[in-house]
Amino acid sequence: MSGYEITLVTSMAITVLFALSLNFITGLCGQISLGHAAFYGIGAYTSAMLTTSGVPFLLSLPAAALMAAIAGFVVGLTSLRVRDDFLAITTMGVAFLFIGVVRQQDALGGTLGIAGIPATGLGRTGFMVFCTGLALAFALFSVHVKRSWMGFAFDATADDEDTARMIGLDVGRYKVVAFVIGTAAAGVAGALYAHHVRFVGADSFGFVESVTVLAMVVVGGIGSIWGVTVAAAVMSALPLWFQAVDTYKLLLYSGLLFAMMRYSPDGLAGIVAGLYGRRRKGA
Amino acid sequence: MLYVELTLQGLVQGAIYALIALGLTLVYGLLRILHVAHAALFTLGGYIGVLTTNATGSLAGGLVASMVLAGFVGMAVYRFAYEPILDRPPFVALIASIALFVAAQEVFRIVFGPYGISYVSVPLAGYVSLPGGLALKQGEIAVIVLALGLLGLLAWLSAATRTGIAWRATVTDPQIAESFGIDIRRVRYLNFFIGSALAAAAGVLVAMLNNLVEPTMGAVASYKALAIIVLGGLGSIRGTLIASLALGVTEAFGTIYIGHLLDRDAIAFAFLILILMVRPHGLLGRA
Repeated sequence: MSGYEITLVTSMAITVLFALSLNFITGLCGQISLGHAAFYGIGAYTSAMLTTSGVPFLLSLPAAALMAAIAGFVVGLTSLRVRDDFLAITTMGVAFLFIGVVRQQDALGGTLGIAGIPATGLGRTGFMVFCTGLALAFALFSVHVKRSWMGFAFDATADDEDTARMIGLDVGRYKVVAFVIGTAAAGVAGALYAHHVRFVGADSFGFVESVTVLAMVVVGGIGSIWGVTVAAAVMSALPLWFQAVDTYKLLLYSGLLFAMMRYSPDGLAGIVAGLYGRRRKGA
Repeated sequence: MLYVELTLQGLVQGAIYALIALGLTLVYGLLRILHVAHAALFTLGGYIGVLTTNATGSLAGGLVASMVLAGFVGMAVYRFAYEPILDRPPFVALIASIALFVAAQEVFRIVFGPYGISYVSVPLAGYVSLPGGLALKQGEIAVIVLALGLLGLLAWLSAATRTGIAWRATVTDPQIAESFGIDIRRVRYLNFFIGSALAAAAGVLVAMLNNLVEPTMGAVASYKALAIIVLGGLGSIRGTLIASLALGVTEAFGTIYIGHLLDRDAIAFAFLILILMVRPHGLLGRA
């Protein structure tokens, strides 16, 4: 593989892991988040701080997951208090708070960010395999959870929280669990990102990034694990492929996203299900 | 005196927030859509205002042209973007709206250039001195007067006219309103027209205060207006007004006193989260 391909596949794998981590919260458990990039950022900053001060890369991963999960736990607690659109805006607020705090702390590099993050020691190909492996593992884990009792409880919570509570599900606990697992995975993805790009700055974890990752989940088909995987992989590469039409890159991207929502709101999973259903009806 | 000055600055900012957020809350009250693309109409309003004012030399003309045109664009947004996906889960409309907003920013950049445009001669740039040694820009006073005027007009429309009553009935219960013979689609069109016109007015005013319209002018408006309507209790008009002013004043004080810890946006959202933890449905929201 050429260096370009290795870089592309690595960033695809990291984006897939990041998108799947949001899918765990929003897709499986129905809790919308407009601030997921903050947890990605917490993971990235945690591991960057650790490895720049000499801690091995592999040890920084659990730390990144832990820090993101702690923040996710707190935000999960707020989801017990606020719901739906209120929750969406609260999570958005959390992301702005994260950026606001990071920008003003010199210890975290302030507006300049943290540069000179050391290499992972795995080699470029090794790192690519490692990232792909983690993304795959989390995808399989998501499939497993979706089929388990917890997945059923998540589904019920997403579908109708009040009814779920009425049949005796501890809705609050499941919501917090979804947030903790999802944000921990986002933290890991962030740590991978930091060591892929070898630089972190507050601007890489802003509102736009949170919206982009939510768009990946929605385009893939909310809750569909293979759909989100495909959408994240393709959408992370799209800006590179659109490089030829640089001026119109973002217009094309947003236009496609809009058309997708307007004409196929169920995402890729919906399109495939539609095709499959039609064929079965025809047979 | 610093306190009074900060409060005044906060109220001016709050009045602008109110003009932007009101349209958003109108849309939310009627359709339950977080209409992010509303901020694009704010920017569009700024562009039309500056271009018309420069062409005709009249700020009032620019204001009217921008409100009317943006109003019609707002109606088109409803017709072509939202109406077909109304029966979908709310995040579909939210993502569609965000995509539309980004696309609009790109169109502004491509059509009007990346560096923005300014008034040829800045309207209302002089200062007015107030008692106590304070001074406000004429433009800032115009903001407050215009905001009060427009909001007063809206309050009168909704309280005293048949259209206003039909509108309030539709917000309260669309089905019952329809069974009483109210044309819901007409109400929705009107809603988008008025909301977009108000945002456009805010766009003209902001363009005047900064003497600049640029493609990304709506970025701050897009997320901060969301925060405001949530703070006010989604769909509550009075709540939105209070939240706008409260946020304007909080930011004005916050940037002075805790600006070294948090930036302006972070202060706004810290305030928002704090309020939501105490009142999960916003300041004036109903459970």
